[in-house]
Amino acid sequence: MSEYQMDLHTEPMILNMGPSHPATHGTVRFLLKLDGEKILNCDTEIGYLHRAFEKHCEAGTWTQVFPYTDRLNYNSAVQNNVAYALAVEKLLGVEEKIPARATYIRTIVCELARMADHFTNLGAATLELGALTAFLYFVEARELTWDLLESIYGARLTSNYVRVGGLSSDLPEGFAEHVRKVFIKNREFWREFDKLLTKNRIFLDRMRDVGGISQEDAIAWGFTGPCLRSVGVEFDVRKTDPYLIYDQLDFDVPVGTTGDNFDKYLVRMEEIDQSMKIVEQCLGKLPKGPININDAAVRNPSKADVKTNIQSMIHHFKNTIEGINVPAGEIYVPTEGSNGEMGFYLVSVGGGKPWKCRVRPPCFAITQAMGDIVKGAFIADIIPTFDMINLIGGECDR
Amino acid sequence: MVELSERIKRLLPDAVLSAGSSLGQQYVVVRREAVVEAMRKLRDDETMLFNFMMDLTAVDYLGKRAHDARYEIVYHLYSLKHHHRIRVKVSVGADDPSLDSIVPVWKGADWFEREAWDLYGITFKGHPNLKRILLYEEFVGHPLRKDYPIKKRQPLIGPEN
Repeated sequence: MSEYQMDLHTEPMILNMGPSHPATHGTVRFLLKLDGEKILNCDTEIGYLHRAFEKHCEAGTWTQVFPYTDRLNYNSAVQNNVAYALAVEKLLGVEEKIPARATYIRTIVCELARMADHFTNLGAATLELGALTAFLYFVEARELTWDLLESIYGARLTSNYVRVGGLSSDLPEGFAEHVRKVFIKNREFWREFDKLLTKNRIFLDRMRDVGGISQEDAIAWGFTGPCLRSVGVEFDVRKTDPYLIYDQLDFDVPVGTTGDNFDKYLVRMEEIDQSMKIVEQCLGKLPKGPININDAAVRNPSKADVKTNIQSMIHHFKNTIEGINVPAGEIYVPTEGSNGEMGFYLVSVGGGKPWKCRVRPPCFAITQAMGDIVKGAFIADIIPTFDMINLIGGECDR
Repeated sequence: MVELSERIKRLLPDAVLSAGSSLGQQYVVVRREAVVEAMRKLRDDETMLFNFMMDLTAVDYLGKRAHDARYEIVYHLYSLKHHHRIRVKVSVGADDPSLDSIVPVWKGADWFEREAWDLYGITFKGHPNLKRILLYEEFVGHPLRKDYPIKKRQPLIGPEN
């Protein structure tokens, strides 16, 4: 046998991708074992954004946890606020007494945040696939959505809006009109995304038949949210364990079939549309009335009261210094975050500070399957697959 | 209608120590040695079919309970078919904070168990790759234990304080 016909002796190559790679968002490291461009093995390493969320929560009062929850999934920060507030209210046993207006507003901000989250996710994905034009459209749409949220709570990213027993402020004047104008624009943008991407040859080639997973595997790994629905499992916490006012609203849960990246994209696109519908329905029946519970031991009384009434003053003082007195108990409240089931598991032993404040991060469970999904694929497939998993460092690493 | 936790107790008389509900949520306390067997039964039994291991975490009850039940491992399961949820709790002592890994039942428990090991120092016997996940390898101790001071710093580089 002549020399050039003999097999070359080759060894798999080990390649470090990340922790800070220009084509991935979020700080995560992939330790790849490659045969040419083919992935033989992929080890995912997380933890680069760990900020001791739980330890901080245990050190502060129940109210002081809110700013920390903003920094979990920062793309839809207000959803974390709402989920945490719902959990604490259940521990207190006051969930029935929350005014209807507050519940409606919470639903509105949750859905606006979901839209913003999906815009961000899809925008970043298109950018990382090289479609800068589509990215700019997505960012513009997100900007408009953030303008709405900003008009409510004054911040674009970190909301700190919800309180135990109510909200920090009511909707601004003319909010419904503002929403109407923004949604006209957003629907135009939505059609543009659809035209730019859904039948785009390059986009299809990169997304379709890549990153798929079977239903059994997705369930065994603990997939939830758009990633689970894209494989055809109809599971949405808003439908199965309705919270807020989701049981009174009319909306569809989109599901995919194969669970590949293109299905995940389609599911998210459809969810954006459904979220707009939900917001419009909520605004249509938004009741008038107070936004805070009438219970000074749970929600601080108004400033006017504090300055004129000794009882309110005492409550204000005690709520701030000692924290709300939450009776001993434990609770797990699941909510539908933008990425999947986001649950708060709280333990109280009585008193003003949480004994334990655990959040079930949806992308944590999904990211662990990354190695499984990309095994046998090409190195370039990591980019769209990882984009569509939508790892959010703040939520995954806490 | 018999409550879910009661039905689980009847299904697994040897494994379940107690059952009940708190704030409207069902829970069962399972014997530490029987956890894998109980989980497999909960996943496969026709009346249960808990196919989702939603959450796994630990709680440190330092000073709130007896020494031999300091930690509690808490699992939250969900059934897609029956739409029910259950909280499974297992107590382990401070002397030997360990129990069997449930990765053979749900592979999705992998990172959750690593996290509980990392932050609470609970050993999951039989776990395929039990190492730190959120913290770095050189970290000493388990920071979510109640006796780990909140102000303690362990920088890898830079000044000690």
